[in-house]
Amino acid sequence: MCGIVGLYLKNPSLEDRLGELFSPMLIEMTDRGPDSAGFAIYGDEVADGYVKLSLQHTNDRFPWADLATWLTDELGEEADLSEHATAAVIRVKATESAVRDLLEENYSDLRIMSIGRGIEIRKEIGLPQMVSDRFGLPDMKGTHIIGHTRMATESAVTTEGSHPFSTGMDLCLVHNGSLSNHNRLRSWLKRQDIKFKTDNDTEVAAGYLSWRLREGATLQEALETALCDLDGFYTFAVGTREGFAVLRDPIACKQAVMAETVDYVAMATEFRSLAGLPGIANARIWEPEPGQVYSWGRKAARTNKGT
Amino acid sequence: MNTVDLQKQSVRDLNHALHQLPEGNENVGWEILNPGGKHNIACGLDRELNIRVDGHAGYYCAGMNKRADVTVTGNVGVGVAENMMSGSVFVQGNAGQSAGATARGGLLVIDGDAAARCGISMKGVDIVVKGSIGHMGAFMGQAGRMVVCGNAGEALGDSLYEARIYVKGSVASLGADCVKKEMRGQHVQELQELLYANGLNENVSEFTRYGSQRNLYHFQVDNALAY
Repeated sequence: MCGIVGLYLKNPSLEDRLGELFSPMLIEMTDRGPDSAGFAIYGDEVADGYVKLSLQHTNDRFPWADLATWLTDELGEEADLSEHATAAVIRVKATESAVRDLLEENYSDLRIMSIGRGIEIRKEIGLPQMVSDRFGLPDMKGTHIIGHTRMATESAVTTEGSHPFSTGMDLCLVHNGSLSNHNRLRSWLKRQDIKFKTDNDTEVAAGYLSWRLREGATLQEALETALCDLDGFYTFAVGTREGFAVLRDPIACKQAVMAETVDYVAMATEFRSLAGLPGIANARIWEPEPGQVYSWGRKAARTNKGT
Repeated sequence: MNTVDLQKQSVRDLNHALHQLPEGNENVGWEILNPGGKHNIACGLDRELNIRVDGHAGYYCAGMNKRADVTVTGNVGVGVAENMMSGSVFVQGNAGQSAGATARGGLLVIDGDAAARCGISMKGVDIVVKGSIGHMGAFMGQAGRMVVCGNAGEALGDSLYEARIYVKGSVASLGADCVKKEMRGQHVQELQELLYANGLNENVSEFTRYGSQRNLYHFQVDNALAY
């Protein structure tokens, strides 16, 4: 099972309402994935040279302020902290690798959920309604967002095993389906120095994309080779700084539906998640074809049907 | 005319009401408002009813239909009219995958496109798609007829038995044991009738017939590699 949902706004005047429009989409997928939920929201970008980190810790009462102070001292740059229930967001002037290395070396129990200019990830175990309420999703603003409701099949119900999975700067992945060659692929990727924290199959897909991008592939190229290298059934939604991309496996047995109006592009596992969106009655609605990369982004605010 | 608003009433209540109607209430129209992509709308009907779903429906809309005529003004999700026995289902938008799956009779008409596996294991239904169909159309189709006015995706008619397929546009690829076939008089006539009955002003000569080569469904060891 599992449900995935995505909403990309073409009309900037809707950006203040992104969370309000998206929260019911996520909650509608509760019976496909009641054990955990998460989302990656994009917007409120930090300036050139800065990075924004979404963090969680195994300790619910982790002293985030102390971490921000320590990071400020280490980097010699002010680390700006905001706390959001069990998550924290830090904005700081640094490179991705510098801040990642520092945190991984010194805080092994810290979970770096995302790093980027615009991305923020929130995820937790519990019903999608609880996750939405806890993080105040309806009040969040941004340009685009993807989310996931999980019914675990391949690994334990934990926050780490919840989606989205970060795959690099401003990149993340949500997945509906299951991969059958994830064990062997994980051990191969480990030898390429890709790190894994769970036994989860989707984390392997995320690690695979991270590896391909690190080797210089574009997202489009990485997704196209994923069609050969990942065995199993899946619909993926990949969040990028500019928008999001959708890919179904060549058999396409995991459902997906997309809708486009002048104001937005939305995708969901089932249409009922989209039923409450404004103007949906007159939207163009279709099922994405198998093995095709569909992507939308600010640089090309139009439907890009891949090769 | 009866009106049911699915924002106020559950699909279960609607279907129960339709199932409990006494015989003789035929030709009464039912209008279903705010379907909101809900699943199983108007399933398991066995009355001569005229039902209009005003909007987009979810999975298995009009599944197992018998005798009723169901029209959906929007799109439908997975498995519209699956296992239909008789009656008709009209979709004015696009259909999700497995439209008309295993259906034994009746007529399914899709004004837009149908996604993958349209008519999978069809067993006697007539399916008319005015747009295009996705991959694996009519997979294991045993009986019935499928007309596609647009294009067909990959592996059309894979492992086909005796269903007959007519496609006007391109076919991305044919599935195992499915071949292009000659349009003989009886095929021209049946296609003409199907097009005419559905108000389609298409030229029969632009269609190609596809059917089973009949090499796979009687197992021969020589063909083992083709499975």
